[in-house]
Amino acid sequence: MYFINSFLFCGIVCLIAELILDNTKLTPGHITAIFVCVGSALDAFSIYDFFIAKVGGGALLPITSFGHSLIHGALLAAESHGIIGLLMGVFDLTAAGITAAIIFTFVFTLIFKAKD
Amino acid sequence: MTNRKYEALVKKHTPKENKVKYAVTAFLVGGLMGLFGEALIRIYIMLFDVSRNDASTYMIITFIFVASLFTALGFFDKLVAKAKAGLLIPITGFAHSMTSAALDYKNEGPIFGVGSNVFKLAGSVIFYGVVSAWFFGLIRYIWEVLS
Repeated sequence: MYFINSFLFCGIVCLIAELILDNTKLTPGHITAIFVCVGSALDAFSIYDFFIAKVGGGALLPITSFGHSLIHGALLAAESHGIIGLLMGVFDLTAAGITAAIIFTFVFTLIFKAKD
Repeated sequence: MTNRKYEALVKKHTPKENKVKYAVTAFLVGGLMGLFGEALIRIYIMLFDVSRNDASTYMIITFIFVASLFTALGFFDKLVAKAKAGLLIPITGFAHSMTSAALDYKNEGPIFGVGSNVFKLAGSVIFYGVVSAWFFGLIRYIWEVLS
């Protein structure tokens, strides 16, 4: 069931993005920024947690889950440190992804050249 | 020539984008990415005997690695041009934007080229992500304190 849900959820998120991309003047940059905000807004009311519980891996891939991880880390730190935790924990859960992206980018930029 | 006639003429000669085809491609590619993500999580749980949370992190790092490598090898741009949102919305789009920006500015040097441009596109995602996470986190926090 997880597999079908993953396919549908990730597909539908991409479909919505593609429809916005084709029918408005927004660029992919606008859409990813909007989707991150939507992801964190949904998690403020635990809706995205519900999606992840039902969907599994398909809900972790779209950029909306980046926003979800940001706010989730902030709220976890806020539980133990109070309101200052909102500032301390923002990157807790996304650190692995961001660091990996930076390291891989660094290594590949050293090795490869832009191809035009 | 009146404005209306001119507009009609422009419309006639603008290449028609096949929106339905793009939408279906984005749905299918995005869906396959999701399916593949879930499959990878299962594989990592079986192979390394880790928790589902850890396996999810491995899965995301795998996707970032592959997208970054394919971008550096030069053929990810062609895939993105075909699949569009299907590859840009999953985390692959984030890695792709970082690696392609770094490679594009490589000839301007390591500091003012690569270092300062690597977040050119991904920066807006992190910036607005943090702002919205802080804002909605604050709302949730206040709501929990009050109730």
